[in-house]
Amino acid sequence: MNARPLPLFAIALPLVILAGLVASVSSQTPAGPSLTVLAREGRRALPIAMVSDQEFVALDDLAAAFQLTVHEESLGAITVTYKGKTIVLTPEQALASVAGRLVSLPAPPSRSGRRWLVPVEFISRALTLVYDARLDLRKPSRLLVVGDVRVPRILVRYDSLGAGGRLTIDATPRANSTVTQEGERILVKFDADALDAPTPLLPPQTLQAAAPFVRDIRVADNTTIAIDTGPRFGGFRAAAQPADATARLVIDFVSAQTDTTTAPAPPVAPAPQLPPDVPPALTPPASAIRTIAVDPGHGGEDDGVRGAQGTKEKDLALAVARRVKGIVEGRLGIRVLLTRDDDRNIPLDDRTALANNNKADLFISLHANASVRRSAAGATVFLAAFDDSDTEAANKPAPGERVPTVGGGLRDIELVPWNLAQTRHLTQSIEFATILEQQLRTRVPLSVHPIDRAPLRILESANMPAVLLEMGFLSNAEQEKQLTVDVFQVGVAQSIYEAVVRFRDSLNAGGGR
Amino acid sequence: MDRRVSVAIGIVFVAFVVGWLMFVSTPRWFSRQQKPVAAAPAPAPPAPPGRKIKARLFYVSEDGTRLTGVEREIAYGEGPLEQAREIISAQIAPVTEPLVSAVPPGTKLRALFMTEGGDAYIDLSREVTAAHTGGTLDETLTVYTLVNALTANLPAITSVQLLVEGKEVDTLSGHVDLRRPLSKNLAWVQ
Repeated sequence: MNARPLPLFAIALPLVILAGLVASVSSQTPAGPSLTVLAREGRRALPIAMVSDQEFVALDDLAAAFQLTVHEESLGAITVTYKGKTIVLTPEQALASVAGRLVSLPAPPSRSGRRWLVPVEFISRALTLVYDARLDLRKPSRLLVVGDVRVPRILVRYDSLGAGGRLTIDATPRANSTVTQEGERILVKFDADALDAPTPLLPPQTLQAAAPFVRDIRVADNTTIAIDTGPRFGGFRAAAQPADATARLVIDFVSAQTDTTTAPAPPVAPAPQLPPDVPPALTPPASAIRTIAVDPGHGGEDDGVRGAQGTKEKDLALAVARRVKGIVEGRLGIRVLLTRDDDRNIPLDDRTALANNNKADLFISLHANASVRRSAAGATVFLAAFDDSDTEAANKPAPGERVPTVGGGLRDIELVPWNLAQTRHLTQSIEFATILEQQLRTRVPLSVHPIDRAPLRILESANMPAVLLEMGFLSNAEQEKQLTVDVFQVGVAQSIYEAVVRFRDSLNAGGGR
Repeated sequence: MDRRVSVAIGIVFVAFVVGWLMFVSTPRWFSRQQKPVAAAPAPAPPAPPGRKIKARLFYVSEDGTRLTGVEREIAYGEGPLEQAREIISAQIAPVTEPLVSAVPPGTKLRALFMTEGGDAYIDLSREVTAAHTGGTLDETLTVYTLVNALTANLPAITSVQLLVEGKEVDTLSGHVDLRRPLSKNLAWVQ
């Protein structure tokens, strides 16, 4: 696989090496969005064309980058050949035949002048099946990692802790890091080839909250994160917390003015690679739940279910979501994020992304149900369900590819796609669903199956405990009346509040892990 | 002379009979014989006109929360692909009470194909989304009606992906993830 001649990479590499951040690489490309290909040989950008809201790449560009041969057959089919293995595409068909196996694509190939464009998923669903090296498409980052290049995904969050503050840096798959201090700057250097990090690393409002300790945080070079310390910075303590596939680095800041009684605050922290058992916090975390994402289903032109009396699911979901926000924020001081706070339709992935990006600790999607049997009634708490084949596929490397033993060994989370993030949290999701069911039982009618599991898209990609609550059936005339009444909606909101309290207490006590 | 004449007449008669047999009677007889033979390999229906098999189809249970398997006779199809088409055509066909289908009325089968690996793709008309009641429960029941109809009846099919109007869809009405084939799930069957 090292035989691919990519001389341009070698020339371009020094020029783009400062780019570091994948997102910034794509934003720097003048011609518009691009897919950054990261290989041992270097990196290159493939232009992305938007067709009907789908991201496409030109087959020509792929052919040049991956040594493919593209032929347009007389009957209209397009054949893509790599080392004797053939992929056949048919115009107007959202399918590809890969060495005899049929693979679906989100959209058919599209012609642009003389060139053929294919959805970027062509790479992860079709090309990867015939290609020699592993192809890891990270669509949200517009990044394609080829072979055994180590590119951990970086997620940073900041929390205020009493007089101090805490910065949490997650690297997935696991990549060890070394922390050093140089004057007013803390450098976190990762043992990796590049970093897949968002731009900016912290959203502006979070950075503002962190300002006393963290004036700025950015990717300084390909593999280093630089933290400029703020005016109240008095020292820090760093600790590594290796999880299954993620390396978590926790940096606690000590205030220069107020925090002189405890915490010796060494000026230079030791490298945090070894002591996983050292408790990372200066103080224990205040609560296992700081943020909840509440998702009122549907919205905008998507009414969801409509009752016979005209009640719309989207309005009902929003009304109850607002009640939940009021009660939980007012009584518990837990931040409640609504995925929408007005009548608009938001794509399912964006809703989960909001929860994931804000590091929500719990995700609750609110809906109203429907059945062709008018008698069906009662609330149901839904959990995500996954096919065995999904999880197997997620854990399986590309065919013929040996998984490189990088950083975190053989278990490489990058092989778990975005839509399987929930698999890591199912145990806690089940625990929360059980608590919620108990709370609902005392206040609203429950379905004969009060807890159910289905492959629900909104839950699959939630990177935290997540449930979908169907509050009742708008297809049932009596239930439609109930659902619109204050008492019912308050009952649902109160049940969610009580369940959050109990779930939080259980987590704080160390349960559910 | 008379004898010559009678021999000639005899020859003419024999020639006439032989000619009639060769050019008129035999071809007719052959054509009568061959017609049904020619018809046999042609389209499917005539050969086994009423050949049926039993298949387990799925309808919404009385309380609306699960599917119920119902054994029904459906048309025989040659090979798994043809049989799959027959099963889905029967599954989405309108039914009368007490049966209630989770597949919205008016839904038509546009195409059905399968891979060697046992993935089947059911391409349905737009009614499957446009006429859907919505709601997580009904959507789940619609999906598993179709997934189970194939996977429970045809061992050759291990998973099923639904397409709408020839295209991959995210969901039918905002809930169940249809971006990849789904396996049989009898937990949704009573």
